[in-house]
Amino acid sequence: MTDTMTVTGAAALAAAARPWTTGTERPFVRIDRITKKFGDFTAVDQVSLDIFKGELFCLLGGSGCGKSTLLRMLAGFETPTSGKIEIDGQDMAGIPPYDRPTNMMFQSYALFPHMTVEKNVAYGLLRDGVHKSVVRDRVAEMLKMVQLHTLAGRKPHQLSGGQRQRVALARSLVKQPKLLLLDEPLGALDKKLREETQFELVKIQETLGVTFIVVTHDQEEAMTLSTRIGVMNAGRIIQVGEPPQVYEYPNSRFVADFVGTVNLFEGRVIEDEPDFIRLAVQDLPVTGEGSGAASAGGAGQIYVGHGVSCTIDQPLWYAVRPEKMRLSRHASDAPNSYPVWVEDVAYMGNLSVYRLKLPGGRYLLASKANLSRYEEDTISWGEHAWVSWDDTAGVVLTQ
Amino acid sequence: MSAATGIARGRTGRLLRRLGFSGRALVIAVPVVWLLVFFLVPFLVVAKLSLSQSAIALPPYLPLVEWDEGMAIITLNFGNFTFLLDDPLYINAYLSSLKIAFISAAAALVIGYPIAYYIARSPEGRRNVLLMLVILPFWTSFLLRVYAWQGFLRSNGVINNFLLWTGIIDQPLVMLQTNFAVYLGIVYTYLPFMILPLYANLVKLDDSLLEASADLGARPLSTFFHVTLPLSMPGVIAGFMLVFVPAIGEFVVPELLGGPDTLMIGRVLWNEFFSNRDWPVASAVAIAMLVILVIPIMIFRRAQAKEEAL
Repeated sequence: MTDTMTVTGAAALAAAARPWTTGTERPFVRIDRITKKFGDFTAVDQVSLDIFKGELFCLLGGSGCGKSTLLRMLAGFETPTSGKIEIDGQDMAGIPPYDRPTNMMFQSYALFPHMTVEKNVAYGLLRDGVHKSVVRDRVAEMLKMVQLHTLAGRKPHQLSGGQRQRVALARSLVKQPKLLLLDEPLGALDKKLREETQFELVKIQETLGVTFIVVTHDQEEAMTLSTRIGVMNAGRIIQVGEPPQVYEYPNSRFVADFVGTVNLFEGRVIEDEPDFIRLAVQDLPVTGEGSGAASAGGAGQIYVGHGVSCTIDQPLWYAVRPEKMRLSRHASDAPNSYPVWVEDVAYMGNLSVYRLKLPGGRYLLASKANLSRYEEDTISWGEHAWVSWDDTAGVVLTQ
Repeated sequence: MSAATGIARGRTGRLLRRLGFSGRALVIAVPVVWLLVFFLVPFLVVAKLSLSQSAIALPPYLPLVEWDEGMAIITLNFGNFTFLLDDPLYINAYLSSLKIAFISAAAALVIGYPIAYYIARSPEGRRNVLLMLVILPFWTSFLLRVYAWQGFLRSNGVINNFLLWTGIIDQPLVMLQTNFAVYLGIVYTYLPFMILPLYANLVKLDDSLLEASADLGARPLSTFFHVTLPLSMPGVIAGFMLVFVPAIGEFVVPELLGGPDTLMIGRVLWNEFFSNRDWPVASAVAIAMLVILVIPIMIFRRAQAKEEAL
């Protein structure tokens, strides 16, 4: 209970700080137009990124998007083809991994199989020539923090996945690095353990004040953990922002689709006013209520309740998330309302996800929070219904 | 496969099963019978010989069992073994063999480790080519290759001629018929046996462990001694034993490259058997050597078991 309270408290504090909004603070990690090529293949393409002290920054992307390569360049395992990396004001060019102020937590954990938990954690300190008695105290302290002090004498193969993960974390933190790099840190854990560890990780990060850069393909993990997310695709950073920003204001179809679930429509501008626009969308049915139905040329319309810098006939995309949609038995007076057929309902416990078929054959996903335990007469599969959303529910995308 | 199931299902299969045979036992029977006939029986013959009395006869020993009026009289002669302890020649030969084998194995390790490491770290396509090069000498007769070394090491051999020609030396070095030549010959002959198990171990080494070590502040040399070497210990022991054990009993290399003072147990055994025609003592030498060898082989087996457990 107290744990969650500290987490929320600290998160609020971190949110209050947000140095990336002010632009006055010097970034702690400065990635400047970094490119990495493997032969003909460009793994990382002209990436620039500023990360601030105390941040928990998530690099989010699918496999092969270059996020791990970027992390490995920060650790010093890969040399950039071009560009510059600065950590705490120091240029990292030519500095080998063992001289960098970073530590890494490996995806495979990379624990030394021939050493006990204690020796694994002590390894980094011993290589630095720290006095044995100091090492013993620091290791004991670290193991206590990750709640492994009772297993200090075990070898890695005698540990469970979750325990190994904590050893790896303790080992990478014991040297108190300025920057901790985590490669899919929670990838190998089951869902329950992953959720617990996410909070633990945030707590540790807040107490130690270390800057974290986390690589993950799991958008949920990125949302829970990070102060900011950098969404990557094909070696490029597509969008950088705080989790709500990335989720609610994606800057592209890729981000909208990759982070969370989304219904994406391809449309054409048919009305462009200072405080609203109207899109013609082939996939949507004509409802007859919107004005200018003629100019839509037989296509359905979406009404967007804010101005967008565009021109008439310009092709645009419109993205709306399932939870922003409402489902009812009768046509609503919302600006965007369409008849659908409920093809399927997936009951997930906390919410129900509806698979809806539009008259044109296109499918939509809508979700509804299950607010009460028992609802009389809910809309179920095989029914005709109306789906609707507000004029501010979706986001217009130009790319 | 189909034949085996055929047998197991058929009438004969049922019969075999009733007699206590299963498919598994039949498969295992082949190597077991092989070992019985070609290893255990000859070993027992040698053991029997080692306990009999030498004689000027044909064969040159007295039978172990004599029949006298329906009674078997067994005469066991342990004198051959006590003789080995009495005559310092044998103890010296054993110690010298162990020493030569140990130094050779150590030298092979020092030379073989970097080679195995290099091959294991090479790109995958190149590894097979390099491994082929390691195995390539086996395509030529071992005896021929050792003879070839004579040509290299002789006073007027390739090496001396070259050094004389360059003017580094002004008279030939004595290399043939020295212990140096024996070490060289053994290391040369057995190097692949060192490289192959080391390679098999090192190729499994997880790159991320080396990266983790570097990441935690260890320089390359430190990483080698703290991570690579300890993790390759099973390979080191396997390679060491594969060189050490056969080198103890080595006969060809000391005979062809060694001098008259190169004392090795294989040569002593040869002399005892063919020159002295003392079959019982020769057998005792062989049995004693076997006992000495069993100990390192057991160490080897344990190292192997440990590697499998990892």
